[in-house]
Amino acid sequence: MSALSVHQLSKTYANGLQALKDVDLTVDAGDFFALLGPNGAGKSTLIGIVTSLVRKSSGRVEVFGHDLDREPEAVRANIGVVPQEFNFNLFLPVIEVVLNQAGYFGVPRREARSRAEMLLRKLDLWDRRESEMRRLSGGMKRRLMIARALVQRPRLVILDEPTAGVDIEIRRSMWGFMREINAEGTTIILTTHYLEEAESLCRHIAIIDHGQIQSRTDIATLLSELDTETFVLNLKGRLRELPQLGGFVLEQIDESTLEVQISREQTINGLFEALSRNGIEVLSLRNKQNRLEKLFLDRVEAGREVTA
Amino acid sequence: MSQGIHDRGPLIDRNRWRRYLITFSTLFSKEVTRFSRIWVQTILPSAITTTLYFVIFGRLIGDRIGPMEGLPYIDFIVPGLVLMAVITNAYSNVVSSFYSSKFSRYIEELLVSPAPNWIILAGYVAGGVARGLTVGIVVMIVAALFTSFSIHDVGVTLLILLLTAILFALGGFINAVYANSFDDISIVPTFVLAPLTYLGGVFYSIDLLPQPWQTLSLANPILYMINAFRYGLLGVSDIPLNFAFFIIVLFIAALGYYSLSLLRRGIGIKQ
Repeated sequence: MSALSVHQLSKTYANGLQALKDVDLTVDAGDFFALLGPNGAGKSTLIGIVTSLVRKSSGRVEVFGHDLDREPEAVRANIGVVPQEFNFNLFLPVIEVVLNQAGYFGVPRREARSRAEMLLRKLDLWDRRESEMRRLSGGMKRRLMIARALVQRPRLVILDEPTAGVDIEIRRSMWGFMREINAEGTTIILTTHYLEEAESLCRHIAIIDHGQIQSRTDIATLLSELDTETFVLNLKGRLRELPQLGGFVLEQIDESTLEVQISREQTINGLFEALSRNGIEVLSLRNKQNRLEKLFLDRVEAGREVTA
Repeated sequence: MSQGIHDRGPLIDRNRWRRYLITFSTLFSKEVTRFSRIWVQTILPSAITTTLYFVIFGRLIGDRIGPMEGLPYIDFIVPGLVLMAVITNAYSNVVSSFYSSKFSRYIEELLVSPAPNWIILAGYVAGGVARGLTVGIVVMIVAALFTSFSIHDVGVTLLILLLTAILFALGGFINAVYANSFDDISIVPTFVLAPLTYLGGVFYSIDLLPQPWQTLSLANPILYMINAFRYGLLGVSDIPLNFAFFIIVLFIAALGYYSLSLLRRGIGIKQ
């Protein structure tokens, strides 16, 4: 069964901007799905339509088989959303924000209380439950948005840039939590700018640009399409001239920095053997670019050439 | 895929009407908590203003005006002052609460939930009615200190209070939907509500007015409410009671229908 299925979805805003053009997209139940795209690509519009915050111009949306036009209440009952920007009443205490959301969804009070406590404890907010929203840090507000989105126990959770502006430690703990709820059976759709996030969390991915889906595949397949990878080597000692390392494409950045392109047929062992033969010692090595980032940029560029 | 708790579906009540009731009571208690927390801004001002009206118009000036429709002037102005407080508070509660939720975007908490539009409207209106009636009661208590306060017809009094509060809560809602800034939420109260209330016979009987002002006053809906309420409290009115009820209910139906159509079309809240 599909958690989300979108057919021929289009949106033109009042100012004439066409944000989505006949988008077709299916997300299976239980999936951890990434929706990637540059700013203004249509991600938030797509999410806005699915979560009833934006009105579609045409097309169809189904959530767990419920049609958004015919059964809007059933659609909304199954979705929890973490929006990109904070949308809180800043004068309410933390616990009330979560309980009010549960109430709006029609969760009985007693169940709402125990569920809210469980979520706030998990997200490290229980001690702050009586604090007013405006006293919370950015990272706490991000986590609270997750607790609020999950309080009615939705089957589909949509997170729009959930870790934007969150430090790395909290980001990792949020990832752990998202993996946990996904393992419990919740379908997750994530939009993110951190491609590392998509690579480490998601199983399937769709790239959207100019209001159209440029590609939709699983992450493993996408990564296998990568032909070459570039590494940056930090050298011990100074390099006077560019050595010849059979078959590897090299570029000298400065006296002690070298960039090496390795194709799919080549190995890092081969590279190091060649370096040793030339008496070059390496202090450290890193990826020049996140692999997914490169693929993403390639896809977006290719898509743009096609549309042009 | 492991079968986890999430496969059992959302926690929401399976019974649609119980679910609606939970949503409504959440909204209503959120609204009541809001105006109770800031009672110094929401409840107290009307009590102070009305006390001043009683002292100045009732005691100091009223004695020189003489009786109005056979009643001491201070008694005559009680219904109008009570209703004025109800109107202002029912209206401003909804307009500021709903506008704030739009401005800070936490209206989205409701829009993403399965709550139907009529429940959202009912919750906000009930909040406005609660504040209108609370302030109305406070003003009546103040009135009892200054006047020979009594209620002629309890049923009519309560019904008019309730209907008036509903009508102006709806008005506040429509204002909030169209408002694009905090300035926009004070335009209608200042330029429409206040003049209509003052000209609606709070301080005088329209019999005192020369033509064409007497006839023109009949186009003012607030006149009907004040007179019906004056009948409830004092047993006198410029207007037939049934006609007053008819006008109020007609306005409620029209504004209620219009509010729902604004919500359905997502005006001011959805792109």
